[in-house]
Amino acid sequence: MIELRNVSTGYGSRELVKNADALFAPSTLTALTGRNGSGKSTLLRAIAGLGKITSGDIVVDGKTRFSSAAERARSIAFVNTQRVRIANMRCRDLVGLGRAPYTDWAGRLSDHDNNIVEGALATVGMSEYSSRSLDTMSDGECQRVMIARALAQDTPNILLDEPTSFLDLPNRYQLMELLGKLAHEQGKTILLSTHELDIALACADNIALIDTPELKLLPASEQSTRQTVAECFGIGRL
Amino acid sequence: MKGRTAIMFITLATLSALLLLVDIGAGTVKLSIGEVADALTGRCDNPAISKIVIDIRLTKGIVAMIAGIALSVSGLQMQTLFRNPLAGPYVLGVSSGASLAVALFILGAPLAGGVTGTAASIGMTGAALVGSGIVLALIALAGRRIKDIMVVLILGMMISSGISAIVQILQYMSNDEALKSFVIWTMGSLGNVTGEQLPVFAGTISAGLVLAVATIKPLNLLLLGEEYAVTMGYDRRRSRTMVLVSTALLAGGVTAFCGPIGFIGLALPHVARMIFKTADHRILIPGAALTGTAVMLGCDIVSKLFVVPINAVTALAGIPIVVWVVFRNRQIAV
Repeated sequence: MIELRNVSTGYGSRELVKNADALFAPSTLTALTGRNGSGKSTLLRAIAGLGKITSGDIVVDGKTRFSSAAERARSIAFVNTQRVRIANMRCRDLVGLGRAPYTDWAGRLSDHDNNIVEGALATVGMSEYSSRSLDTMSDGECQRVMIARALAQDTPNILLDEPTSFLDLPNRYQLMELLGKLAHEQGKTILLSTHELDIALACADNIALIDTPELKLLPASEQSTRQTVAECFGIGRL
Repeated sequence: MKGRTAIMFITLATLSALLLLVDIGAGTVKLSIGEVADALTGRCDNPAISKIVIDIRLTKGIVAMIAGIALSVSGLQMQTLFRNPLAGPYVLGVSSGASLAVALFILGAPLAGGVTGTAASIGMTGAALVGSGIVLALIALAGRRIKDIMVVLILGMMISSGISAIVQILQYMSNDEALKSFVIWTMGSLGNVTGEQLPVFAGTISAGLVLAVATIKPLNLLLLGEEYAVTMGYDRRRSRTMVLVSTALLAGGVTAFCGPIGFIGLALPHVARMIFKTADHRILIPGAALTGTAVMLGCDIVSKLFVVPINAVTALAGIPIVVWVVFRNRQIAV
């Protein structure tokens, strides 16, 4: 569960989001959307602990502060668009790194950890790629493996920054379906940023729309939401 | 551990042991591997040979091994920390900090009434340790405040270039004799460490290695980049400081006792990655250490056979290795 209380974000002196209040509840998939430069990534990164907000509180599972990076990593997992192509590293090892917040000083995986890793790969449909080296895989496949890594991190909250951007249309829908399933079946709070309004409206439970400087949380299924989103993007209708 | 990895470890360890025997045998008085083994196990009747082997050549061989281990491990750390295949132990100015201090010592010593022999060698070692320590302390402090690791890298490279410029000015102003001893120092030498100094050298490097082993997990997380690492529990300040202090001890220690030895730290981590076919630092750290040992001993043997400075040999051996790795992988992997 992620709660924003009176949160403002900005770049230097430029204010992007002002006094936002929102609750991202468990078992929901929320698509964070807005025009370019509206501060989607800034907000997402702040929740992930990679950036700062100018004022307000971000409450994750009831906490406003974490005592260590490892404690935060047991609460929130993060996936971005950065291409990860590490030569000589197998998918399974990459997903295994997701267990880092739980493993010993050397990062050794127990049988329990290994089961979680296999489970995460199976969930994203990449079990067959387990022993493949990352530098021999396509963008879409790497993206899935990175999501499996986030799953192995076994956190109640998952944040994804533009997860659909490298994928073709069928893969985009597949990915969104997968994320929806994870939210609904495993009770996770999933928040992702995206430009793709049609996919967001079709697959997400809620739309978090940054209508600068406001953040509006709208149910994706309601007709009025389409209208609000369309107006924000300055287009006639969706 | 998989069988293949174990076999590679055993092969490299055996190779290193053999190279150590050959290394001890090589020199103006040539000894066979049998004679060396006899002298080492105390079965040699000739006291002169026994003395050469144990007092001089064994020490030098051990120094070569320690230097190889230290440079390879710190090169590996720097390549992972900066996610840059061309990073090496000296990328942050360890060697230029050391060379400035040594240059100041060599040029300043005549003013203080001249320092020669053992005092000069200890003075140069101390100066180099202080010089490299100061540079890395500055960078470690900056690294605690600067978020972007690339800024830290650029800062290090600029400090390094700035210091080199000052060293050039000092060289230009110095007399022939001082200039020659400085230039000889920059060529590196594995033979300057005496039996009494060896424990200090070994201790410095061991401390660096303990820290390197303690950073195995953060280094593995860093393979995904610092941002991902942070979201997976990487403690940016703590781990960065540990890695930088470790490199200061490893690269600074080698520079202080043997001079700036190039290319080993740059090339050997790549060789280790290729031999062990992994990106996991649990295997790469011991792997790079063993690879470094073998190659450094090999370089020392060549340097003795042709009576040339060690730095020339490591460069001539290291450059083709890097080129070979680039062509084999088409993309250098970190």
